Amino acid sequence: MILPAFSNADWAAVWLTFKLAATTTAILMVVGTPIAWWLARTRSKWKGVVGALVALPLVLPPTVLGFYLLVAMGPQGPVGKFTTWLGVGTLPFTFPGLVVGSVFYSLPFVVQPVQNAFEAIGERMLEAAATLRANPWDTFFTVVLPLAKPGFITAAILGFAHTVGEFGVVLMIGGNIPEKTRVVSVAIYDHVEALEYTEAHILAGGMLAFSFVVLLILYSRKGAKAWK
Amino acid sequence: MEVNAPMAVTAPVERRIAARFRVRWPGFVLDVDLDLPGRGVTALFGHSGSGKTTLLRCIAGLQRGDEACLRFGDETWDDQQAGVFVPTHKRPIGYVFQEASLFPHLSVASNLAFGQKRVVAAERRVSLEAAVALLGIGHLLERMPETLSGGERQRVGIARALLTSPRLLLMDEPLAALDLKRKNEILPYLERLHDELDIPVLYVSHSPDEVARLADHVVLLDQGRVVAQGGLVETLARLDLPTAFTEDAGVVIESVVGEHDEHYHLTRLDFPGGNVLVARRPEAVGHRLRFRVHARDVSLATARAEGSSITNLLPATVVEVAPADTLAHVLVRLDAGGTPLVARIARRSCDQLGVVAGCRMWAQIKTVALLG
Repeated sequence: MILPAFSNADWAAVWLTFKLAATTTAILMVVGTPIAWWLARTRSKWKGVVGALVALPLVLPPTVLGFYLLVAMGPQGPVGKFTTWLGVGTLPFTFPGLVVGSVFYSLPFVVQPVQNAFEAIGERMLEAAATLRANPWDTFFTVVLPLAKPGFITAAILGFAHTVGEFGVVLMIGGNIPEKTRVVSVAIYDHVEALEYTEAHILAGGMLAFSFVVLLILYSRKGAKAWK
Repeated sequence: MEVNAPMAVTAPVERRIAARFRVRWPGFVLDVDLDLPGRGVTALFGHSGSGKTTLLRCIAGLQRGDEACLRFGDETWDDQQAGVFVPTHKRPIGYVFQEASLFPHLSVASNLAFGQKRVVAAERRVSLEAAVALLGIGHLLERMPETLSGGERQRVGIARALLTSPRLLLMDEPLAALDLKRKNEILPYLERLHDELDIPVLYVSHSPDEVARLADHVVLLDQGRVVAQGGLVETLARLDLPTAFTEDAGVVIESVVGEHDEHYHLTRLDFPGGNVLVARRPEAVGHRLRFRVHARDVSLATARAEGSSITNLLPATVVEVAPADTLAHVLVRLDAGGTPLVARIARRSCDQLGVVAGCRMWAQIKTVALLG
């Protein structure tokens, strides 16, 4: 043990936080990309509604989001009934439940940078690709994805960092089960409650350093050429 | 079979383009029904807002018409009523945008390969070497688009379109975004394209000089409608076009370099019905050269002028007299032994000289504008 105050439980919280953020980011990249593409390209009247729904977690107290997810995923909720029917039980107070909550919570942080990147490419590049015999899927993978790469990197960094920093949603639907749902932010809260300030300092300082480094990387990349 | 039948030498089948489109936007209607030749360069000519780019985009499938019917030879690319629409990526077209629209994340070589590798090998008729040589871009292949000048970028854009071996090349004002110097840098390449490749071209332009220099056939568009169409020489010599086109009235004459006069440093250009002398040209005898004669540079005389400094005099017959863009002037269409000429003269002079259809006049040409 390098740090005497750093317990195995704290290491478990760090590992769990990393696992949660990584899983959530991976899912968000897959789920968020089509949403971002649709929002960037559609002329549908539903664009405003969908855009607002995606952005809701930006302004909503995490406890509100967590509360509704808890109700929906609970034994009486529609999602809970479905997962019970599937035979996997209910999701609250499990790791998968945390992942679901985090996906909703971090959705705008992934969708918006990707959507902006898609919009910046412009219609002309897609038209040029079409006149060069590329079908829409081909164009997406050979023109759109490479040109939107910086947007994807920003989205992944923000999605990951934002998930690492979540607290309210976790508390509502995950509770505080060591090695299952007890992430770093909750662990800090526990330490402070127990007046274990040294332990709290180590985790909190680590979070501070992590967040700063992430943002430093993000802002230093601005202005870097899109395709390099 | 041992005996090989001799290869039948036939000209490639001309695929005419039948295009009927109706596109409605607030404040704009494009309504055209065209039958265009499947050979040579056809200019879609008109002012901005005339609908020429919209028409080209409809032909490419980049835009849908409210009513649409498009046939290329015996293929149907668009037929609203029959529910047929061939998407752009399945049409054998090449498209050159106003701005080259190269992919910024790909090198010049990869941009060129983008379209070429998506065409099945058996249908590739334009080789990389040929396209690169035609557009003179061999030294640019390793570069990234952002490091190219506007003219270089546009040449790469044209080569990229050619490398899909299109059966129809669509060009949307490929020179409009360039300054005069870059234009003059690219025009010779476009002329080579015309001379060396047998691909029909639809060329959108609002520049009379570009049209006069490159086109064989011209479609004049005004406010979404076709005003006139036909061979370049005949169409430009028509007098019944809207004022928008007659302000800059004139004719284009196809000539051949006949002789050089080294003493006076002149060149004689021959055409059916006569010849003109111009300042010494670098082209060899026999070279084809187009020139424009603006109506305002042609005056008329009843007799061959003696003691005049104007050297270019042509006997011609008056075909038609029509109103010009101002009340003070008239436009006179003449036939100089098969070559049309248009003169813009004062209405007063017209009356005094008694210019009417059928009378013989001398056309005095002050200047000719050489194209190329």
